Amino acid sequence: MNRDLLVRTLRTPDAITRFSMGEWDTLIRQARAAGLLARLAHHFRRHDLERAVPASVRWHLAAARTLADKQRTAVRWELQQIQAALAGLALPLVALKGAAYVAADSPAADGRLFNDIDILVPRERLAEVENALMLAGWHGTHLTDYDKRYYRRWMHELPPMQHVQRQTVIDVHHALLPDTARYHPDSAKLFSRAVAVADMPGIAVLAPEDRILHSATHLFHDGELPHGLRDLTDIDLLLREADAPDFWPRLLARAEELQLRRSLFYALRYLDRFLDTPVPDSVHAALRDAAPGQLTLALMDAVFARALAPDHTSCEDAFTPAARLAAYVRAHWLRMPMHLLIPHLFHKAFVSPYLENQSPRAA
Amino acid sequence: MKLLQLSPGDLRRQLAGPGVWLRTGPFSLRVRSDIPSVGEGLAHLYGQFEVRSAHEAFADFHVSVDASAGLRRWFRPQARFSFDGLQPFKPLPRDQAFPMLEWGLNWCVSTQAHQYLIIHAAVVEKNGLAAILPAPPGSGKSTLAAALVLSGWRLLSDELTLIDRATGLIQPLPRPVSLKNQSIDVIRNFDSEAYINRASHDTIKGTVAHMRPPRDSVLRQHEPAQPRWVIFPKWEAGASTRLTPRSQAQTFMFLAQNAFNYSHLGADGFRVGTALIDQCSCFDFRYSDLDEAIAAFEHLSQTADESA
Repeated sequence: MNRDLLVRTLRTPDAITRFSMGEWDTLIRQARAAGLLARLAHHFRRHDLERAVPASVRWHLAAARTLADKQRTAVRWELQQIQAALAGLALPLVALKGAAYVAADSPAADGRLFNDIDILVPRERLAEVENALMLAGWHGTHLTDYDKRYYRRWMHELPPMQHVQRQTVIDVHHALLPDTARYHPDSAKLFSRAVAVADMPGIAVLAPEDRILHSATHLFHDGELPHGLRDLTDIDLLLREADAPDFWPRLLARAEELQLRRSLFYALRYLDRFLDTPVPDSVHAALRDAAPGQLTLALMDAVFARALAPDHTSCEDAFTPAARLAAYVRAHWLRMPMHLLIPHLFHKAFVSPYLENQSPRAA
Repeated sequence: MKLLQLSPGDLRRQLAGPGVWLRTGPFSLRVRSDIPSVGEGLAHLYGQFEVRSAHEAFADFHVSVDASAGLRRWFRPQARFSFDGLQPFKPLPRDQAFPMLEWGLNWCVSTQAHQYLIIHAAVVEKNGLAAILPAPPGSGKSTLAAALVLSGWRLLSDELTLIDRATGLIQPLPRPVSLKNQSIDVIRNFDSEAYINRASHDTIKGTVAHMRPPRDSVLRQHEPAQPRWVIFPKWEAGASTRLTPRSQAQTFMFLAQNAFNYSHLGADGFRVGTALIDQCSCFDFRYSDLDEAIAAFEHLSQTADESA
């Protein structure tokens, strides 16, 4: 069975020297579905395994790297455009997630593919930021009125904004999690420790621990997990990159301060299981009290073993659809209290599909 | 083994089951379909192509064209193209299932195969030298390419000119030639021997049919060619046949804008594109009579060295 072939390959890349062509076929398909082809290419290079890739397979990896390299250049340039658009506002502009890894030139930027650029700005400046971005050519994407209201009223970000000419999409955040979430880390604390990027004036990134905590939080609060495994490999690379002697105690302390210990617990648990990420035993032990009860944990293991797998038919078993639905509902449940969640899921399940079916006629 | 050696029953069973492994140019495909017209199209147009057991281990592109489930199976039946589970297009009427496979394969190559600079152009070869025919739709590029390959030129591709970034040579991808509307009859009249499959009507491009690629072009599909000309054909009623030189710089700009992945390649796209143009003479070509057009290309080919 090759359901976990991509994950096994990321964990023990040397195994590829013994792969059959059938395994290569499955590996490339799983990696493409997970958005990890280019990252796999970097992985093989780091482990000096490029020559172990059969000639007929090589182009898939090389082509994906070409695309990822181009995106990396484009993201840097796009960040500078955003900075220029906001320069007059004299505010702290923090790049988040993939854009931050690119700005900080982190190994987590290697082979990463992008759908959008995430930035963090102070909440009280949100209206000015939106106006300035609109003047520079970004505008709200086509959402239904319900979606727009939902974003503005409950979310920690503006509705996605797309550039008229370049079609690039920015997500403007004012916090890591919605106000309605059970935990919401104080954004002021994040800004206070943000690090300026040396060669990109006016742009900062979160402190290394905060970058990891944000990625973990995002992963375990995001409903659809289409990039679940990619995000997990991001955290893996960020953790392997961190080499300060007091890194782990600082990470634990910061998780406590930002109320994100549960997310960190889950991230480290699944990093250990999926990717064999080196984490000191003392850290696992220190987070033991952040774990949920035994039953919940067993259920979460069953859900995430499937929801974090690539969205490819070769990775599915009979429980995959249920697991993905469970991850979706759980994420929403964490983000909204019940009296908001039930009407929201009702709207998404019954009203949105109806409106979507109507729209072609209206257009 | 060639596809024509598969019995229609075997072909249908494999397509509906594990799929058919098929090689076109540098790419291997695994094609699945539960729609009979897809098997028919493959049998009529891909006879000379290499097939292997469905259990052949590695395929570059896993594609399928399947009937939509549910009510759509019976009521205004549809076909859906899928690239390994991803559906890049909306479903089309079932009658367009085979053209949909062709368009889907073009999509796979143009969005994935970045080891090539991929230009939206037909390309044909004679004596090792290739003529690239870029042009906006409706200019008669496919018609001219079809007539050329029926007159002794080798078909490299009718849609996707693949420039190998490592060698600068053109990699053949000789799949069926797509013909639209009047071109279908024009080519039937030009060569009654040419095999053109059953047309699909009312597609987004009008009526579409495909011409079987010549046997020789398929057999030589691994033999690259040197780029030598970039020629912009334009069919015009009553026009006399005329080849006019055009600027290399302008031609480069056009090719860059009409490449599928020029911007993805960054500086290397510029390097590959300019190296290509440096080897090529560039022309505008107006014609109304196909026989005269073929003669003009023949002349060009015979005087290749002088015009260098």
